[in-house]
Amino acid sequence: MSEAVAMHSAADAVETPLTPENWGKLGMWIFLAADAMSFGCLIVGYALLRHASAQWPNPAHTLGINLTAFMTFLLIVSSVTMVLSLSAIQRGDKRNFKKFLLYTILGGLTFLGCQAYEWTHLITERLPEAGISFTTHLFATTFFVLTGFHGMHVTGGVIYNTCVLAAVSRGRYGPKHVEIAGLYWHFVDLVWILIFTFVYLI
Amino acid sequence: MATPVIAEAHAHQTNYMGVFWWLLGLTIAEVAVAYSPVPKLIMVILLVGMAFTKAAMVALYFMHLKYERSTLMLIALTPLILCVFLALMLLPDIS
Repeated sequence: MSEAVAMHSAADAVETPLTPENWGKLGMWIFLAADAMSFGCLIVGYALLRHASAQWPNPAHTLGINLTAFMTFLLIVSSVTMVLSLSAIQRGDKRNFKKFLLYTILGGLTFLGCQAYEWTHLITERLPEAGISFTTHLFATTFFVLTGFHGMHVTGGVIYNTCVLAAVSRGRYGPKHVEIAGLYWHFVDLVWILIFTFVYLI
Repeated sequence: MATPVIAEAHAHQTNYMGVFWWLLGLTIAEVAVAYSPVPKLIMVILLVGMAFTKAAMVALYFMHLKYERSTLMLIALTPLILCVFLALMLLPDIS
Protein backbone atom coordinates (compact mmCIF):
# COMPACT_ATOMS: atom_id res chain seq x y z
CA MET A 1 0.00 0.00 0.00
CA SER A 2 2.89 2.39 0.73
CA GLU A 3 4.22 1.73 -2.79
CA ALA A 4 0.92 2.83 -4.26
CA VAL A 5 1.03 6.01 -2.20
CA ALA A 6 4.62 6.68 -3.34
CA MET A 7 3.62 6.13 -6.97
CA HIS A 8 0.56 8.34 -6.83
CA SER A 9 2.03 11.16 -4.81
CA ALA A 10 3.94 12.14 -7.94
CA ALA A 11 0.74 12.13 -10.04
CA ASP A 12 -0.92 15.37 -11.11
CA ALA A 13 -4.01 16.77 -9.38
CA VAL A 14 -6.56 15.11 -11.65
CA GLU A 15 -5.40 11.66 -10.46
CA THR A 16 -5.36 12.49 -6.75
CA PRO A 17 -8.35 11.07 -4.90
CA LEU A 18 -10.32 13.03 -2.33
CA THR A 19 -8.30 11.39 0.41
CA PRO A 20 -4.71 11.30 -0.88
CA GLU A 21 -3.24 10.42 2.50
CA ASN A 22 -5.29 7.24 2.65
CA TRP A 23 -6.64 5.74 -0.60
CA GLY A 24 -8.56 2.98 1.13
CA LYS A 25 -10.57 5.61 3.00
CA LEU A 26 -12.20 6.84 -0.21
CA GLY A 27 -13.00 3.24 -1.15
CA MET A 28 -14.68 2.68 2.20
CA TRP A 29 -16.68 5.92 1.94
CA ILE A 30 -18.00 4.93 -1.48
CA PHE A 31 -18.86 1.46 -0.19
CA LEU A 32 -20.68 3.05 2.75
CA ALA A 33 -22.65 5.29 0.38
CA ALA A 34 -23.76 2.17 -1.50
CA ASP A 35 -24.55 0.34 1.73
CA ALA A 36 -26.52 3.36 2.89
CA MET A 37 -28.64 2.92 -0.23
CA SER A 38 -29.34 -0.70 0.74
CA PHE A 39 -30.49 0.35 4.19
CA GLY A 40 -32.25 3.38 2.75
CA CYS A 41 -34.28 1.23 0.38
CA LEU A 42 -35.29 -1.09 3.22
CA ILE A 43 -36.26 1.82 5.46
CA VAL A 44 -38.20 3.62 2.70
CA GLY A 45 -39.91 0.34 1.82
CA TYR A 46 -40.84 -0.13 5.47
CA ALA A 47 -42.17 3.43 5.69
CA LEU A 48 -44.32 3.08 2.57
CA LEU A 49 -45.70 -0.34 3.54
CA ARG A 50 -46.58 1.02 6.96
CA HIS A 51 -48.14 4.15 5.47
CA ALA A 52 -50.23 2.02 3.11
CA SER A 53 -51.36 -0.33 5.84
CA ALA A 54 -54.79 0.17 7.35
CA GLN A 55 -53.78 -1.05 10.78
CA TRP A 56 -50.18 -1.19 12.01
CA PRO A 57 -49.31 -2.31 15.55
CA ASN A 58 -47.85 0.40 17.77
CA PRO A 59 -44.12 -0.42 17.75
CA ALA A 60 -43.43 1.19 21.12
CA HIS A 61 -46.01 -1.10 22.75
CA THR A 62 -45.30 -4.27 20.81
CA LEU A 63 -41.52 -4.09 20.67
CA GLY A 64 -40.68 -2.30 23.89
CA ILE A 65 -38.08 0.45 23.80
CA ASN A 66 -36.14 0.10 27.03
CA LEU A 67 -33.80 -2.68 25.93
CA THR A 68 -33.40 -1.04 22.53
CA ALA A 69 -32.55 2.30 24.12
CA PHE A 70 -29.79 0.51 26.02
CA MET A 71 -28.62 -1.10 22.76
CA THR A 72 -28.47 2.37 21.18
CA PHE A 73 -26.41 3.58 24.13
CA LEU A 74 -24.10 0.56 23.69
CA LEU A 75 -23.39 1.29 20.04
CA ILE A 76 -22.81 4.98 20.73
CA VAL A 77 -20.30 4.09 23.46
CA SER A 78 -18.62 1.60 21.13
CA SER A 79 -18.33 4.35 18.51
CA VAL A 80 -16.60 6.55 21.08
CA THR A 81 -14.17 3.78 22.03
CA MET A 82 -13.53 3.15 18.32
CA VAL A 83 -12.58 6.76 17.66
CA LEU A 84 -10.48 6.84 20.85
CA SER A 85 -8.69 3.70 19.67
CA LEU A 86 -7.93 5.39 16.34
CA SER A 87 -6.73 8.50 18.14
CA ALA A 88 -4.44 6.34 20.27
CA ILE A 89 -2.78 4.49 17.42
CA GLN A 90 -2.28 7.77 15.55
CA ARG A 91 -0.29 8.96 18.56
CA GLY A 92 1.62 5.67 18.59
CA ASP A 93 -0.07 4.62 21.84
CA LYS A 94 -0.40 0.88 21.16
CA ARG A 95 -1.67 -0.01 24.66
CA ASN A 96 -4.67 2.31 24.59
CA PHE A 97 -5.33 1.44 20.96
CA LYS A 98 -5.72 -2.22 21.94
CA LYS A 99 -7.75 -1.41 25.04
CA PHE A 100 -10.26 0.80 23.23
CA LEU A 101 -10.58 -1.47 20.20
CA LEU A 102 -11.23 -4.36 22.57
CA TYR A 103 -13.97 -2.33 24.26
CA THR A 104 -15.44 -1.63 20.82
CA ILE A 105 -15.49 -5.33 19.98
CA LEU A 106 -17.06 -6.15 23.36
CA GLY A 107 -19.68 -3.45 22.80
CA GLY A 108 -20.57 -4.99 19.47
CA LEU A 109 -20.79 -8.49 20.94
CA THR A 110 -22.99 -7.27 23.79
CA PHE A 111 -25.24 -5.52 21.27
CA LEU A 112 -25.60 -8.79 19.34
CA GLY A 113 -26.34 -10.66 22.56
CA CYS A 114 -29.07 -8.16 23.44
CA GLN A 115 -30.52 -8.46 19.95
CA ALA A 116 -30.54 -12.26 20.17
CA TYR A 117 -32.38 -12.01 23.47
CA GLU A 118 -34.81 -9.44 22.07
CA TRP A 119 -35.56 -11.55 19.00
CA THR A 120 -36.11 -14.70 21.05
CA HIS A 121 -38.44 -12.87 23.41
CA LEU A 122 -40.38 -11.41 20.47
CA ILE A 123 -40.67 -14.65 18.49
CA THR A 124 -41.59 -16.91 21.39
CA GLU A 125 -43.71 -14.61 23.55
CA ARG A 126 -44.44 -11.05 22.51
CA LEU A 127 -45.58 -11.47 18.90
CA PRO A 128 -47.78 -14.55 19.47
CA GLU A 129 -49.37 -12.61 22.39
CA ALA A 130 -50.13 -9.70 20.08
CA GLY A 131 -51.42 -12.10 17.43
CA ILE A 132 -48.77 -11.09 14.93
CA SER A 133 -46.99 -13.61 12.76
CA PHE A 134 -45.10 -13.53 9.47
CA THR A 135 -48.17 -14.78 7.62
CA THR A 136 -50.65 -12.36 9.11
CA HIS A 137 -48.91 -9.03 9.11
CA LEU A 138 -46.03 -7.26 7.38
CA PHE A 139 -45.01 -5.84 10.77
CA ALA A 140 -43.05 -9.01 11.52
CA THR A 141 -41.33 -9.28 8.14
CA THR A 142 -40.27 -5.63 7.95
CA PHE A 143 -39.02 -5.65 11.53
CA PHE A 144 -36.93 -8.79 11.29
CA VAL A 145 -35.52 -8.04 7.81
CA LEU A 146 -34.47 -4.53 8.82
CA THR A 147 -32.99 -5.37 12.23
CA GLY A 148 -31.55 -8.63 10.93
CA PHE A 149 -29.82 -6.90 8.02
CA HIS A 150 -28.35 -4.44 10.49
CA GLY A 151 -27.36 -7.24 12.89
CA MET A 152 -25.47 -8.91 10.06
CA HIS A 153 -23.55 -5.67 9.57
CA VAL A 154 -22.70 -5.53 13.27
CA THR A 155 -21.47 -9.13 13.13
CA GLY A 156 -19.32 -8.31 10.13
CA GLY A 157 -18.00 -5.26 11.93
CA VAL A 158 -17.08 -7.26 15.03
CA ILE A 159 -15.18 -9.78 12.90
CA TYR A 160 -13.55 -6.96 10.92
CA ASN A 161 -12.43 -5.15 14.08
CA THR A 162 -11.06 -8.39 15.56
CA CYS A 163 -9.03 -8.99 12.41
CA VAL A 164 -7.69 -5.43 12.49
CA LEU A 165 -6.78 -5.80 16.17
CA ALA A 166 -4.88 -9.00 15.42
CA ALA A 167 -3.14 -7.57 12.36
CA VAL A 168 -2.02 -4.39 14.14
CA SER A 169 -0.77 -6.44 17.08
CA ARG A 170 1.40 -8.38 14.65
CA GLY A 171 2.67 -5.17 13.09
CA ARG A 172 1.05 -5.75 9.70
CA TYR A 173 -1.59 -3.00 9.84
CA GLY A 174 -1.32 0.65 10.87
CA PRO A 175 -3.38 3.76 11.63
CA LYS A 176 -4.75 3.93 8.09
CA HIS A 177 -6.35 0.51 8.36
CA VAL A 178 -7.80 1.34 11.76
CA GLU A 179 -9.27 4.53 10.34
CA ILE A 180 -11.00 2.61 7.56
CA ALA A 181 -12.39 0.05 10.02
CA GLY A 182 -13.54 2.94 12.18
CA LEU A 183 -15.54 4.41 9.29
CA TYR A 184 -17.40 1.12 8.85
CA TRP A 185 -18.14 0.84 12.57
CA HIS A 186 -19.45 4.42 12.83
CA PHE A 187 -21.66 3.74 9.82
CA VAL A 188 -23.17 0.72 11.60
CA ASP A 189 -23.85 2.94 14.63
CA LEU A 190 -25.35 5.67 12.45
CA VAL A 191 -27.74 3.26 10.74
CA TRP A 192 -28.85 1.89 14.11
CA ILE A 193 -29.61 5.43 15.31
CA LEU A 194 -31.96 5.78 12.34
CA ILE A 195 -33.49 2.31 12.72
CA PHE A 196 -34.06 2.89 16.45
CA THR A 197 -35.98 6.06 15.64
CA PHE A 198 -38.02 4.90 12.66
CA VAL A 199 -38.80 1.34 13.69
CA TYR A 200 -39.10 1.54 17.47
CA LEU A 201 -40.06 5.08 18.38
CA ILE A 202 -42.23 6.48 15.62
CA MET B 1 5.67 0.98 8.33
CA ALA B 2 8.35 3.46 7.22
CA THR B 3 7.12 6.62 8.94
CA PRO B 4 4.15 6.96 11.31
CA VAL B 5 1.70 8.98 9.20
CA ILE B 6 -0.80 11.07 11.10
CA ALA B 7 -3.94 10.80 9.03
CA GLU B 8 -5.62 14.00 10.18
CA ALA B 9 -4.01 17.30 9.34
CA HIS B 10 -6.35 19.35 11.52
CA ALA B 11 -4.49 20.95 14.40
CA HIS B 12 -7.29 20.87 16.97
CA GLN B 13 -8.20 17.66 18.77
CA THR B 14 -11.88 16.81 18.37
CA ASN B 15 -13.71 16.75 21.68
CA TYR B 16 -14.97 13.17 21.37
CA MET B 17 -16.36 13.03 24.89
CA GLY B 18 -18.30 16.24 24.24
CA VAL B 19 -19.90 14.65 21.19
CA PHE B 20 -20.67 11.56 23.26
CA TRP B 21 -22.58 13.60 25.88
CA TRP B 22 -24.60 15.25 23.10
CA LEU B 23 -25.43 11.84 21.62
CA LEU B 24 -26.39 10.47 25.02
CA GLY B 25 -28.53 13.51 25.80
CA LEU B 26 -30.31 13.33 22.47
CA THR B 27 -30.99 9.60 22.92
CA ILE B 28 -32.53 10.21 26.35
CA ALA B 29 -34.56 13.09 24.87
CA GLU B 30 -35.78 10.82 22.07
CA VAL B 31 -37.01 8.17 24.49
CA ALA B 32 -38.65 10.90 26.62
CA VAL B 33 -40.47 12.31 23.58
CA ALA B 34 -41.55 8.80 22.55
CA TYR B 35 -43.13 8.27 25.97
CA SER B 36 -44.66 11.74 26.18
CA PRO B 37 -48.28 12.45 25.19
CA VAL B 38 -47.51 14.95 22.41
CA PRO B 39 -49.50 14.89 19.16
CA LYS B 40 -48.22 12.35 16.63
CA LEU B 41 -47.04 14.91 14.07
CA ILE B 42 -45.02 16.88 16.63
CA MET B 43 -43.52 13.63 17.92
CA VAL B 44 -42.47 12.54 14.43
CA ILE B 45 -40.90 15.94 13.65
CA LEU B 46 -38.98 15.98 16.95
CA LEU B 47 -37.81 12.36 16.68
CA VAL B 48 -36.71 12.62 13.04
CA GLY B 49 -34.95 15.91 13.82
CA MET B 50 -33.09 14.41 16.75
CA ALA B 51 -32.21 11.24 14.85
CA PHE B 52 -30.70 13.15 11.95
CA THR B 53 -28.82 15.43 14.35
CA LYS B 54 -27.30 12.39 16.04
CA ALA B 55 -26.46 10.80 12.69
CA ALA B 56 -24.88 14.06 11.50
CA MET B 57 -22.76 14.30 14.65
CA VAL B 58 -21.48 10.75 14.23
CA ALA B 59 -20.68 11.44 10.57
CA LEU B 60 -19.10 14.87 11.08
CA TYR B 61 -17.05 14.20 14.20
CA PHE B 62 -16.47 10.47 14.61
CA MET B 63 -16.07 9.82 10.89
CA HIS B 64 -14.21 13.15 10.58
CA LEU B 65 -16.35 14.18 7.63
CA LYS B 66 -16.15 17.78 8.86
CA TYR B 67 -12.41 17.79 8.27
CA GLU B 68 -12.41 16.15 4.88
CA ARG B 69 -12.82 17.82 1.49
CA SER B 70 -16.42 18.87 0.90
CA THR B 71 -16.80 16.60 -2.14
CA LEU B 72 -16.65 13.66 0.24
CA MET B 73 -19.59 15.11 2.14
CA LEU B 74 -21.44 15.28 -1.17
CA ILE B 75 -20.76 11.58 -1.72
CA ALA B 76 -21.97 10.85 1.81
CA LEU B 77 -25.17 12.90 1.37
CA THR B 78 -26.11 11.39 -2.00
CA PRO B 79 -27.86 8.31 -0.51
CA LEU B 80 -30.06 10.57 1.62
CA ILE B 81 -31.08 12.62 -1.42
CA LEU B 82 -31.72 9.49 -3.48
CA CYS B 83 -33.81 7.92 -0.71
CA VAL B 84 -35.99 11.02 -0.48
CA PHE B 85 -36.46 10.76 -4.26
CA LEU B 86 -37.30 7.08 -3.88
CA ALA B 87 -39.92 7.71 -1.21
CA LEU B 88 -41.56 10.49 -3.21
CA MET B 89 -41.53 8.53 -6.48
CA LEU B 90 -43.14 5.51 -4.82
CA LEU B 91 -45.90 7.41 -3.02
CA PRO B 92 -48.35 7.24 -5.95
CA ASP B 93 -47.98 3.45 -6.04
CA ILE B 94 -49.14 2.64 -2.54
CA SER B 95 -52.82 1.82 -2.30
